[in-house]
Amino acid sequence: MIKHLLSAADLDSQQAILVLDTAAELANISGREVKKLPTLRGRTVVNLFYEDSTRTRISFEAAAKRLSADVINFSAKGSSVSKGESLKDTALTLQAMGADAVVIRHPASGAPHRLASWVGGSVVNAGDGTHEHPTQALLDAYTMRSRLGRIAGLHVAIVGDVLHSRVARSNVLLLTTLGAKVTVVGPPTLIPVDVAPALSPDLQVSYDLDAVLPEVDVVMMLRVQRERMNDSFFPSTREYARRYGLDAQRMRRLPEHAIVMHPGPMVRGMEITPEVADSARSTIVEQVANGVSVRMAVLYLLLGGK
Amino acid sequence: MSTTYLVKGVSVAGAEPTDLLIRDGVVVETGTGLSARDAQGVDGAGLVALPGLVDLHTHLREPGREDAETVESGSRAAARGGFTAVCAMANTSPVADTAGVVEQVWRLGREAGLVDVQPIGAVTVGLAGQHLAELGAMATSAAKVRIFSDDGHCVSDPRLMRRALEYVKAFDGVIAQHAEEPRLTEGAQMHEGEVSARLGLTGWPAVAEEAIIARDALLAGHVGARLHVCHVSTAGSVDVIRQAKAAGVRVTAEVTPHHLLLTDERASSYDPVFKVNPPLRTQADVAALRKGLAEGVIDVVATDHAPHAVEDKECEWAYARPGMLGLETALSVVLDVLGPDWPLIAERMSRTPARIAGLADHGHLPAAGAPATFTLVDPAARWEVDPTASASRSRNTPYAGMTLPGRIVATFLRGEPTVLDGKAVK
Repeated sequence: MIKHLLSAADLDSQQAILVLDTAAELANISGREVKKLPTLRGRTVVNLFYEDSTRTRISFEAAAKRLSADVINFSAKGSSVSKGESLKDTALTLQAMGADAVVIRHPASGAPHRLASWVGGSVVNAGDGTHEHPTQALLDAYTMRSRLGRIAGLHVAIVGDVLHSRVARSNVLLLTTLGAKVTVVGPPTLIPVDVAPALSPDLQVSYDLDAVLPEVDVVMMLRVQRERMNDSFFPSTREYARRYGLDAQRMRRLPEHAIVMHPGPMVRGMEITPEVADSARSTIVEQVANGVSVRMAVLYLLLGGK
Repeated sequence: MSTTYLVKGVSVAGAEPTDLLIRDGVVVETGTGLSARDAQGVDGAGLVALPGLVDLHTHLREPGREDAETVESGSRAAARGGFTAVCAMANTSPVADTAGVVEQVWRLGREAGLVDVQPIGAVTVGLAGQHLAELGAMATSAAKVRIFSDDGHCVSDPRLMRRALEYVKAFDGVIAQHAEEPRLTEGAQMHEGEVSARLGLTGWPAVAEEAIIARDALLAGHVGARLHVCHVSTAGSVDVIRQAKAAGVRVTAEVTPHHLLLTDERASSYDPVFKVNPPLRTQADVAALRKGLAEGVIDVVATDHAPHAVEDKECEWAYARPGMLGLETALSVVLDVLGPDWPLIAERMSRTPARIAGLADHGHLPAAGAPATFTLVDPAARWEVDPTASASRSRNTPYAGMTLPGRIVATFLRGEPTVLDGKAVK
C-alpha cells in the first residue's frame, strides 16, 4: 500500500477497490455494540486542522478511535500556529512527538505534499485548498457502490463550482480510475481552463444540466458559495439556481434508479432544494456514515494495521 | 599601479585562439605568442572569452532585506556568473524612487567593487502606481539612472504609463514594464492551464501579460518612446513583440533563463522554489521563447535574480514569495539552450543589454584598445548545481541537483580580476 494519501490519483484501481472492500468489512463493526477494534493500539494519529471542518474532523477522529489509535486534535485556532509558527516547524514538532499519521486540512493547495516531505509518518489529505479531498471521493465511491452495486460503467455528473472544488477534483480522478464515465457540469466560469486533459482525457464537460440529467446514474451537487457572485462568476444566486440548481422538477429528468449526492455542507435553495436533499434518491446522510468506515480503512491500510 | 595580466591561448567568442595582454584597465595587445615579463599569466587554453555579461534585471534586496541578499553578496554571485554589470531593481525597502536611494545603491556597488551596479529607478512613488516618482532627479543623480521600472508591479494605469513613457524621452530613458494586468491575476499562483487545473492553484493567464505588452507597444508607438518588456514568458507575447517591431515601435524585450528551460510541470511538487512571477509556462511557450531569442524578437537574456530568505520559500506554495536565483547559472542555462553560438550569446547577454542600459564601458569583445571587461568560460566543463555553494545569501535556485554545461573560470572588470580559478577574489 502507499505511504501517504495526498491525491486520489495516488491510488490505482486495485488499491482503491481494496480501500472500499476494507471499508465494507469495517462497516460491520459499526453495527456492533462495542464499536472498537484493537488494530491501531499504541499508534498516534494527529488531526491537524488549519480550517474549521467539524464534520471531517469528527469523522477522522471517530475512525481513528474505533481502531484504538491515540488521537491528538491540533487545531490552528488557539495553538502556536496562530502565533505565526510555520507549517514546517509544526511538522517537526509532530515528528518529535512520534505521530504515526497526520491528517491535515489546510486552506492552501499542496500543503499536505509539503508536510509529507517533512514528517516520517503517513500523511492523509483531508482537504487542501481548491486541490483535493481524496477520502471524500472514496466515501462517495463507496456510497455509489453500495447503492448501485458497481462503479465501472456508471455515468456520474458533478455539478457546480468545479473550479474551486477539491471534492470535484478527487472524484473525477478516482471515478475515472474505477472505470466510471464522468461529466462535469456548471457555468463556464466555474469550470477550470483545460480541465479535461488535466484530470482525465475522458472527462466530459457540459454547460447544460437539463441535457445531462437523463443520461446519468449519479448526480453529485457541489456547494456553491454565494460570495462567488461578487466576483462575477455568475450574475445572481437566483440565476445560478435556475440554471444549475437541482429542484424537484429537474430531478424528475433523472432515470428511475439515479441517486443524488452532496458532500455537504449544503446551501439549500442555492444548488439544491430541501425537497431534493431530503428525497429518497438522496444519499447525503449515508455519505456521512460511510465516511467513518472509509477513513477507518484508509488509516488501517496506510498504517499497516494488523 | 595595477597588475598586468597575460591571458594565453583563449578563443574570443569562438574565434581562433589568441593571447590578450591587459594593462591599466584595457586590452593593450592581442595576437599569438605575446609575452610580458611583469605579467601574471592566465591559462586560456580551451576557454572562450566573452564580453562581461550585463544583467538588465537583478534584485539585490539592499536596502531592506539584507538577510536575503546585499549589494555585495549579489555582486559576488554576479561576478561568479560572468557578469560585470547588473541593473538593480527598484523594489527595495525603502523603494528606489528618489535620487537618495539610487545613489546609495550605486555607492554600495562601487564599494563592493565586483561588478558595476547600475540602479533602476521606480516609475511611481513607492511602486504604488499612483504618482510619477522624480524620474529626472534620479537621471541626473550620481547613479545616472536610465531605466525605470516598477518591477514586481505593473504600471497598469494606461494614462500613467503613457506619461512615464513620454516623460523619460527628455533624458533618453526607458520604461521597463512588468507586464501583468492585475485584475486578471488576482490571487494567481501559477500558469493557468492543464497543470493549474490539476493542482487546484489559481491560474495566471498568458493573456494578462500579452494584453499589457500590446497596449504598451501601441502607447510607445503613439508617443515615440522607448519601451522595454521585462521577463517575457509566453508564446503570444513573442508574437505581439514581433508585430510591434515590424510596425517600427522602439521596443526591446528580455527573457529569463528559467523561462527558457523550465515548465509549469515543476509546480507539481508544490515546492515554492519553482514559484516565480511571471510563472513558469508550457513547453510550447518555452519553444517560442527560444525561437524568439535566436531570431532577435527577444533582444536580451536577463536573470530576474530574486533571492529569498529560507522562511519565505520553506512553506506552503500560496504563502511563498515568487522568484528564483539566476546570476550564477544564467550563462550555463543559455549555453544549454542556445548551444555554443558564442557571438549570439555575447550579443544577447552583453552587447545589447549594455546598449539598452546605456553602459558604454560594457558589451565590448576583448580587442586591442577595448576595456578589459570580459569573462572566461570553460565550455567543456559540466557542473552540478549545489545551492549551498552559491555566493548569494539565499538558496532558492530552481536548478539544484541539475548538471549544466559551461563554467565561469575568470571575470575581469576594467583590467582587474573579480573571479579567478572560478572563485571570487574578494
